[in-house]
Amino acid sequence: MNFLARFYGSSIGKKWIVALTGLVLVGYVIGHLIGNLQIFAGPDKINAYAAFLHSIPGPLWVVRAFLILCFVLHIVTTIKLAVANRAARAQRYAYSASTELKPAKKTMLLGGLVVLSFVIFHLAHFTARVTDERFHHLPKGEYDVHSMVILGFQNPLVAGFYILAIFFLSMHLSHGFQSVLQTLGVQSEKVRRPVTIGGQALAWLIFVGYVAVPVAVLTRQLQVIP
Amino acid sequence: MSVLDSKIPAGPLEKKWEKHKFESKLINPANKRKYEVIIVGSGLAGASAAASLAELGFKVKCFCYQDSPRRAHSIAAQGGINAAKNYQNDGDSVFRLFYDTIKGGDFRAREANVYRLAEISANIIDQCVAQGVPFAREYGGLLANRSFGGAQVSRTFYARGQTGQQLLLGAYSSLNRQIALGNVEMFPRTEMLDLVIVDGHAKGIVTRDMVTGAVQTYAADCVVLASGGYGNVFYLSTNAKGCNVTATYRAHKKGAFFANPCYTQIHPTCIPVSGDYQSKLTLMSESLRNDGRVWAPKNKGEKRPPQQIPEAERDYFLERKYPSFGNLAPRDISSRSAKQVCDEGRGVGESGLGVYLDFEESIKRLGENTVRERYGNLFEIYEQITGDDAYKTPMRIFPAVHYTMGGLWVDYDLMSNVPGLFVLGEANFSDHGANRLGASALMQGLADGYFVIPSTIGNYLTHQLGKRPSVDHPEFKKAEADVRARTSRLLGIKGRRTVDSFHRELGLLMWDLCGMARSEKSLQRALSRIPSLREEFWQNVNVTGGNEELNQSLEKAGRVADFLEFGELMCLDALERKESCGGHFREEFQTPDGEALRNDQEFAHVAAWEYTGPNSKPVRHTEDLQFENVHLATRSYK
Amino acid sequence: MNLKLKVWRQKNAQSEGKIVDYEAQNIPADASFLEMLDILNEQLQAKGEEPVVFDHDCREGICGACSLTINGIAHGPSATTTCQLYMRHFKDGQTIFIEPFRARAFPVVRDLMVNRSALDRIQRAGGFITARVGSAQDANSILVPKKDADRAMEAAACIQCGACVASCPNASAMLFVGAKVTHFASLPQGQPERQQRVLQMVRKMDEEGFGNCSNHYECEAVCPANIPISVIGQLNRDYPAALVKDSVV
Repeated sequence: MNFLARFYGSSIGKKWIVALTGLVLVGYVIGHLIGNLQIFAGPDKINAYAAFLHSIPGPLWVVRAFLILCFVLHIVTTIKLAVANRAARAQRYAYSASTELKPAKKTMLLGGLVVLSFVIFHLAHFTARVTDERFHHLPKGEYDVHSMVILGFQNPLVAGFYILAIFFLSMHLSHGFQSVLQTLGVQSEKVRRPVTIGGQALAWLIFVGYVAVPVAVLTRQLQVIP
Repeated sequence: MSVLDSKIPAGPLEKKWEKHKFESKLINPANKRKYEVIIVGSGLAGASAAASLAELGFKVKCFCYQDSPRRAHSIAAQGGINAAKNYQNDGDSVFRLFYDTIKGGDFRAREANVYRLAEISANIIDQCVAQGVPFAREYGGLLANRSFGGAQVSRTFYARGQTGQQLLLGAYSSLNRQIALGNVEMFPRTEMLDLVIVDGHAKGIVTRDMVTGAVQTYAADCVVLASGGYGNVFYLSTNAKGCNVTATYRAHKKGAFFANPCYTQIHPTCIPVSGDYQSKLTLMSESLRNDGRVWAPKNKGEKRPPQQIPEAERDYFLERKYPSFGNLAPRDISSRSAKQVCDEGRGVGESGLGVYLDFEESIKRLGENTVRERYGNLFEIYEQITGDDAYKTPMRIFPAVHYTMGGLWVDYDLMSNVPGLFVLGEANFSDHGANRLGASALMQGLADGYFVIPSTIGNYLTHQLGKRPSVDHPEFKKAEADVRARTSRLLGIKGRRTVDSFHRELGLLMWDLCGMARSEKSLQRALSRIPSLREEFWQNVNVTGGNEELNQSLEKAGRVADFLEFGELMCLDALERKESCGGHFREEFQTPDGEALRNDQEFAHVAAWEYTGPNSKPVRHTEDLQFENVHLATRSYK
Repeated sequence: MNLKLKVWRQKNAQSEGKIVDYEAQNIPADASFLEMLDILNEQLQAKGEEPVVFDHDCREGICGACSLTINGIAHGPSATTTCQLYMRHFKDGQTIFIEPFRARAFPVVRDLMVNRSALDRIQRAGGFITARVGSAQDANSILVPKKDADRAMEAAACIQCGACVASCPNASAMLFVGAKVTHFASLPQGQPERQQRVLQMVRKMDEEGFGNCSNHYECEAVCPANIPISVIGQLNRDYPAALVKDSVV
């Protein structure tokens, strides 16, 4: 416990927590994406996947609890750091400028908060299904994820919010990947460029992957199969 | 019999230091913590002394005017530090370093001191490596060396072009450790304004807190000055803006003799002056002369850019005049040669005050990458300042004031004629004679601080147990009142000229009349003009602000006031030394081909000046220099 | 050239400061930025006003004293120290904001001068190798591979100016602390105290009220000594390792 208290009590310890939880969440984002993309393989595949997940409630809830923990830790620790960071510059510059600040870095906190609000909506929407009455009467039963997703995204507002949130998530990740490696101390001068570029590429690949679903729905490439 | 007793131990040269260490008084560990030592300055000498003395158990108070001890001007030394390690197996030895230094100093330094310096040099490198100083290494992991002016062996250790910074960080880190342990109390942004003498012994100082203006007194069992040199008397020099003579000059006014103030080193490779707004001169490390070739056009008034001047019309004057040392001739000689070339009207650049330092051949021979690796940061500095790319066009260089060999007189123990006042590093006069070799200043500063003072301080302190006065002693009160009065006087003048304008005028006057070449005529002129300038200063200077606040104008005013007195002493010393030697070149005393002409018969001595009062001529004392181990020869680098 | 200056003036640490406008006239392009301020100060004093206070000393880019934020960038636009910034980088008639290095850990002393002694205190907490004078072995008995020596040198080049802190959106000192840690950690001599050093220095850094690195790399961009952000990586690596060893193993 002494270790954890000292670790979390230090600036670098908190940075590590943010980085490690970030890494877990990135893993989840990628896993989730792979799940999502099954929608293009037809209703059977993705619905079977959903049914499988629900057939193992024990492990599912362990994973969910772990993810929630990481998510909360990631946010709470970041906010703690941000508060300390604001305090560290008591007096602002009258003329503020920067040499390095790219949008991705500037919007880490703001983007993170957009993603947070989206996640709450998204869970309510697709996981708890409290926003849409139709999700309780899906054509192929309770695990008809295929139809649920398509019905959901047929609403342009929902799809729009989704795309916006994914955009911020990808911005967040485009700096985040490289940032995680730097914080964990595994980045060297030699790998810095490839890591930076690779991280950005991965982030935007994730963007394309996620956005493919609502775009396919809005352009009617994906339709509910009765 | 001279009043100056150098206390050089008897016996053969190579046994003196060992014998002296053995005979020196020791203080038992329990008693050490009863002694307090004041150290003024936190450069290589001050920081290393503070760390070493604290490590021994003394209670140390260390003062510096900078905001952090790590900013002392030792930090700016670029090239390297000499040590007689003979790691290159090229024939180096303690005796050779000793000989090179004595000869480089134009036979105006004490044999015993210089030999001790050469002996200690090897330990310094060991100590610095142990502290983690990142000296340059070869691929096998061994230390690398380079060669430097005035030597034909490679004995210079270096850390990129910032050896001074790395050595100072080493000393600073040791100092930090002692501060953390509570053995050293550090006083940054605190300036020493006077020395306190009680019953003839140096027992304390008066300081001004540069942030609040508070004037305070501190008592100790002895006082160590490591406050650097006086090069800023010239206004433009390679010294930091804050470097000043105040600590040593106030000590001089309290009785300490000032030795050889006329010995000033003019460094040959600096960036030329570009305008009268200029505030300082920037040195280009002497190490550049390892690979750069110095030349000037053969024709007067040459206007073509350097690349268009054909080889046949270039004069590689150092290589021509000094074939065996070539571009690595010692500093005084190289500087004077450049001056001669410019005096002949062959100087380059807009002002005509400059010569070329050309890397074209080295780049051809070694490739641009190797040159970049060796000197990259210097080329960058040059480009920032001048806007020129030295990989494509030769650098323009001109000599500039760089170091002062003179300083307070000290004996073999580094104690001045005032008991209890020790003086280390550039602030003393002891080891470099009339000219200092490159990479020797760092060596001396660290030798004094790490190795000499810890061994010799006991000789004085052992008799002083329990004699530390309180700051309530009348002498402290008087010194403090004097400082306050002087400050009020400066603030009360409210004249029409700024402090800087006086400093600039003094500097120009010193450079013209007591600079690279001096003559009886020029020195007499200086001696008549300085007092009137000083008088004007005390009537017409405008020191803005008050005392009880941070006041940079007041700080400068105090320093310039001291320079205005000190400059006169310097000229007087230069006038009385009727010979040319090292950094002191008197036009009347030169060989037919323009080399310095020494007068060993009459001037093989140290001149130490005693202050005798505000309007009274100081008294010149002499200490004869005995040369028993080297032959007094005409210095030749041909 | 002529310039419009907007300079932070503040009497002392306790008082409020404000931006004051000045005109700097007839400034030569070959003058350094500090020489431009010298000229301004001469003009101010001629009018009986108090000169602008700023820290400076060596004026050759190595002592680390100068510390101005110029148009929002620590040390101004050329990735050098302020003293090595020349007026040829500015345009005639340009408006220039000159502010002190801002951080809670760097309180203003007066005008543009700040107190950076927090950086000294961090080093006192452990930024050294304990090496008693007189007990060192022969220098060449410690072999240091050139690569390690170069890495140590690269980190040791830090001039402690604090521009990393001033430029960081979070006023973090991790580039500085990382440089110190990396210097000693790269050398065999630095190993015995390696763990204690990083633990104590980080603790002190946190106590002094610096912010936390969020990987913006502004520090690296303005660092006049070219310290790379990989030193922060080293710090990030060494700290948990040391903490594990200290509190678990």
